[in-house]
Amino acid sequence: MAGNCLEAVELTSSGRPVLLPSEIECSLLSAVDLECEDLPNFPNFKSGILTLTTHRILWVSNSSSQGASSAIPLASISHIFTSKKSLKSIFASPRIRFQLSVSPDGRVAKSGSGSRSVVVTVVVRGKGADLDLFLTKFWDNWRGRAWETGNADVTSGSDSVSGSTSGLYTKEGTVRMVGVSGILRKEQEMWETTDKSLQDAFQDLNALMSKAKEMVMLAEKMRQKLLSSSTSQSSAAEDGELGSKQDMQDWLLSVGIVSPVTKESAGALYHQQLSRQLADFVRLPLERAGGMMNLIDIYCLFNRARGTELISPEDLLQACFLWEKFDVPVMLRKFDSGVMVIQNKTHSDEEIFARIKSLATKPDALRTGISASDAAITLGIAPGMAKEHLLTAESRGILCRDISPDGFRFYINLFPEIDPNNVYLVKDYGVYDTWSRVASASG
Amino acid sequence: MQKLGDYKLPQFFNYPPYFTLQPVRDTREKQIQLWKDLILDYCRTQKIFVIALEEDFPLFSNPAIERSLSHEAREAFLSILVSDGRAEWLDKRHRKCLILWHRIQEWANIILNFVKEYGLEDSVMTVEEIRSGIESRGTELHGIDRTILMRALKLLEQKGKLAIFKGTTADDEGVKFSI
Repeated sequence: MAGNCLEAVELTSSGRPVLLPSEIECSLLSAVDLECEDLPNFPNFKSGILTLTTHRILWVSNSSSQGASSAIPLASISHIFTSKKSLKSIFASPRIRFQLSVSPDGRVAKSGSGSRSVVVTVVVRGKGADLDLFLTKFWDNWRGRAWETGNADVTSGSDSVSGSTSGLYTKEGTVRMVGVSGILRKEQEMWETTDKSLQDAFQDLNALMSKAKEMVMLAEKMRQKLLSSSTSQSSAAEDGELGSKQDMQDWLLSVGIVSPVTKESAGALYHQQLSRQLADFVRLPLERAGGMMNLIDIYCLFNRARGTELISPEDLLQACFLWEKFDVPVMLRKFDSGVMVIQNKTHSDEEIFARIKSLATKPDALRTGISASDAAITLGIAPGMAKEHLLTAESRGILCRDISPDGFRFYINLFPEIDPNNVYLVKDYGVYDTWSRVASASG
Repeated sequence: MQKLGDYKLPQFFNYPPYFTLQPVRDTREKQIQLWKDLILDYCRTQKIFVIALEEDFPLFSNPAIERSLSHEAREAFLSILVSDGRAEWLDKRHRKCLILWHRIQEWANIILNFVKEYGLEDSVMTVEEIRSGIESRGTELHGIDRTILMRALKLLEQKGKLAIFKGTTADDEGVKFSI
């Protein structure tokens, strides 16, 4: 544990940073090192995810052995250096440098009041990052001084782009919408740009058509190449090769072609972040729904909460599949009937069966059986979920079905209690006996 | 205890799931077992030899609980009896089923015993007399289905125990025992 120069960042159970009130995420960079030559006890920050927000720069480690997650308040930054394009910089990883205000013993000063100044270097090793764009946002956020006004001052420069997620959630987990004027302005700009490109496109429609066909073929070729090269595990020394592969994956993803090596390489950064965000989000609805929820319901709730930047069903499914790789408390489950649900890892089928059994042996249930809605009310879950549980209990031999003009009902399974060699025998104890009494009383 | 005519029904006849074909294998096997035994026992005591699927068969419904077996279920249970050798379909479309609560071999033995008991070893009888004559009254042979009787007699003929010949009238045959 190196000296605490920087503030620690609180993480959620899925490994995402907890944001301050009115703090919004703006941009993410992956595989980032933080270095500071001026401070000897600066911790070893290697290969983490750098998040730029309206208030801070957050560094979250990818593994537990590479330094603790830390934050640098934008308020303590005294200057951001412009990137110098030199011969050296073309061959090395891109770097961002800024000047940080610290106290004499090396701690970050809260609001630029420290007496020392050190230079921090951000080394961006992840390929495919648009550094100029990041720098622009960095400048905008730093000058915007959102931490002083205390509310989400959204300008068109700090809106999110593809590859990052907008901070829609406050610390309490409630949804907060991005400033309306910012959205309207962004939409206006989008329309104007779209209008112009439409005009250009229609100038020569034939050329466009033939180009599109070429592009699709090219994309397919690249996809095939990626597929074949990923199966041959070359050594990691081919850093350049790996880098261009990451580039290609990201580009393919943005064009809409799902990465063919998703399962092996744990997905593009977008899906990883989405996956973690989803795990955080489902916690509360899952609790309210009794530990298990239909995937379709999650899809609706999640998109409604996001408001803008809706995700597709395919994205949702990918995000759920990625949970296997992370240590999150939720999992995806598919029933025999094909219904897919999200459930807490702590959920116990046995406990549900015990409750169903006790419901099915009550006098009313012995007489007329139970329907999916009866079970739903007793178990406190949705009727669709209740039906799945009843069917599973049936397949375990706990219940059996009764289909009639009255509907689809379930009874406690008495068949094992009947002796085929003595069909008139009803032992004077046990569930068969209880049922027999109840049935004769009403019949 | 519920009754169907003078037949005593078991308690589970009032259990609604008994009348729904169960999908889960273990449960279904138990259900089939119970239905097979019930059908055979009922037919034996009521001397029923043929079940027509499309007609109302009293065993297949229970008005007290407002349940009856679907056509699919009836055909399923009878087909199991057929593969057990305890029944035979009388037509390709499975509308009528011959119930063998005694197998043909067992009927043949019953006929042999009947002949021995009444000292008919060298006599001649018509088929109809075997079925409904004075001698057969009180025995299991009385009222036996004609198809089943003919099959049993033919089996005995193959073993040389009797000979079947055409009678004086066009529709009646005779049997000469030579046990």
